[in-house]
Amino acid sequence: MHVGLHHYLFVSFMLFSLGLLGVIMRRNLLVIYMSLELMLNAANLALVSFSRFNNKLDGQVLVFFIITVAAAEVAVGLALIVALYRKRQSAHVEDLTSMKL
Amino acid sequence: MKNELFPWLILFLPLLSVAVITLFTLRSKTVSSLISIGAVAAGFVLTCLFVNANGIHFSGESSVNWLTIGGLNVDFGLKLDALSMMMLFVVTGVGGLIHIYSYSYMDEDAGKARFFAFLSLFTFSMLGIVLANNFLMTFIFWELVGVSSYLLIGFWFEKPSAGDAAKKAFITNRLGDFGFLAGILMVWGLLGSLNFSVLQNAMVSNPAALGASATIAGLLVFCGAAGKSAQFPLHVWLPDAMEGPTPVSALIHAATMVAAGVYMLCRTLFLYNADALHVIAYIGGFTALLAALMAVQQNDIKRIIAYSTLSQLGYMVMAVGLSGPTPAMFHLTTHAFFKALLFLAAGSVIIGMHHEQDIWHMGGLKKKMPVTFWTFTIGALALSGIPPFAGFYSKDSILAQCLEQKNYLLFAVAVFVAGLTAFYTFRLFFVVFLGKEKTDHAKHAHESPLIITAPLVILAIFATIGGFIGITNNYGSQFAADHETLSLAQQLLEPLKTPMPMFIGIGVALAGIFLAFSFYKNAATDPLPKKLGGLATAMKNKFYFDELYEATFIRFHDFLAAVADWIDRWILEGAIIGAIRGGTDLSGRALRLAQTGNLQTYAFLFVLGVALLLYFVLGK
Repeated sequence: MHVGLHHYLFVSFMLFSLGLLGVIMRRNLLVIYMSLELMLNAANLALVSFSRFNNKLDGQVLVFFIITVAAAEVAVGLALIVALYRKRQSAHVEDLTSMKL
Repeated sequence: MKNELFPWLILFLPLLSVAVITLFTLRSKTVSSLISIGAVAAGFVLTCLFVNANGIHFSGESSVNWLTIGGLNVDFGLKLDALSMMMLFVVTGVGGLIHIYSYSYMDEDAGKARFFAFLSLFTFSMLGIVLANNFLMTFIFWELVGVSSYLLIGFWFEKPSAGDAAKKAFITNRLGDFGFLAGILMVWGLLGSLNFSVLQNAMVSNPAALGASATIAGLLVFCGAAGKSAQFPLHVWLPDAMEGPTPVSALIHAATMVAAGVYMLCRTLFLYNADALHVIAYIGGFTALLAALMAVQQNDIKRIIAYSTLSQLGYMVMAVGLSGPTPAMFHLTTHAFFKALLFLAAGSVIIGMHHEQDIWHMGGLKKKMPVTFWTFTIGALALSGIPPFAGFYSKDSILAQCLEQKNYLLFAVAVFVAGLTAFYTFRLFFVVFLGKEKTDHAKHAHESPLIITAPLVILAIFATIGGFIGITNNYGSQFAADHETLSLAQQLLEPLKTPMPMFIGIGVALAGIFLAFSFYKNAATDPLPKKLGGLATAMKNKFYFDELYEATFIRFHDFLAAVADWIDRWILEGAIIGAIRGGTDLSGRALRLAQTGNLQTYAFLFVLGVALLLYFVLGK
């Protein structure tokens, strides 16, 4: 069976949807965070596939940027989550509604 | 016209003085007062030079275009003729003397610089009325006079009575001005111009140009004059205006504000038809009588003189109403001399008495204050109409005008008022200057300094000779083309041409003086209240006009204000604004429910939005 672009895109779409579902459904902040990473990597996969099938390097370059930014984001985000946990003794989104009036 | 710049300078120098004083020299009393005095003195000199160059019978206009709105074309223009030039003399001359007098009178007052700024503003406004060549300019300066009189009457604003008096003067004047403005609009609507010369030509070429509304238009314009010249029923502000410093009273009562109304009537004489003039004459006569009766039972030295001003203004307005602008302006001018004199002399007495104003606390000031005494005597004789003082000639010309118009009722009123005038003036005179000293203050009274007495002497000279130095010649030529110019001797004997009013006038004046002499020579208290009973109380209480207005107009006005307050509070604010505010509040509360604060709700809504967008962009 020949593996074409749409196969890769389908996997990417599935990964993205799973990530999105995780962000909306899961209660634990760390899991939400991991789901976000999943969505980012779904986007990476799509970019790499486009790059490969169109014989252009632009997508690859963009992936490097995303990986770099994601690494920085993980550092900041995890630090925030740890700080929040120390303060509230909880990492569940239901407990974090103090922005509501 | 020679020296065309001069009238502009005369008008704007006092305004310049206001600007310089308020912007730069407010901290220096001396500099400020000298600037103000300099401005009005320069105005007087320039008036002399201008009249010298052009002659008093000259007539011309100097104007620049000010604004054009559709068909309305308004000039900022100066009208120069015998009428306005004579008034320039009165305003800058008598006003100038009052400025000089104030230099000493206000010396100890912390607000002297401010006072002189206001005086200059007042002079500027009055000069504007005198020189204006159209109704709109007159109206603007008219209001400026109102504002500056408000500032001056309320000069001692820390006293509640002064603040109230200032408000009363301003609001009463506003009532008259409302009619005035309506009258001006009516004239403009009917004749299509505001310029006096254009209006006059229109009225001369077609006397019925105003049509059926001529009487109403005339009377509306007269409303303004009734406010400024304090005619019944708007007379109530003038006596209260005594709360201002004495020089202000002199300025308001003699040279400026109250003269404005009569001046304006003479300036716009062409507007009034026979009916309007009739009403004007009777209002004037009634005011003269009413004020003279009130004056008889007042005990405040300034108030007595204030009521006499009211009464004399009534004379002038009556004369205008009897188609006699020349006698009216003649009396206005001589009145400016002797009324300024009387007020300034009263001010001198008040200083000498350490700010005591009740005449029954004075007495025997003749020896203590000789200059004030003699000048006051001249003023009193002039006011009473004793020959050969100025007031005799002008009052006689008004009496003669009554007879000439065959209005015997007004003649009788005028004669009776003349007697009353002599009576109350000499009541004041005997109680204050003769008899025994009634208090310690009176025993220790002293003569005022030269800068106070010098203006008194100058005014006394004019109050003596003002009747025959050609004032009637100048005014006469303005109002009647065939007016013959009289020599000095002819003017001296002019009253003899109509001996009847002359002898009756002198007779009642002497009778009044004799009555005052018999009642008040050596009197320690007033014998009149016992003799007249209730009438005296009514006179003393100004015939309860203040109380009447309080109970009717002011009560009604308060009622209207309460209704407006209720509408504002409950309908505008309560119902309308409340509904809008409540509605916003409620919808805000409802929308707030959508904000859960839960991160995942927002994420879900966000995704929903993205999905919807994708559907609309891609799905269709």
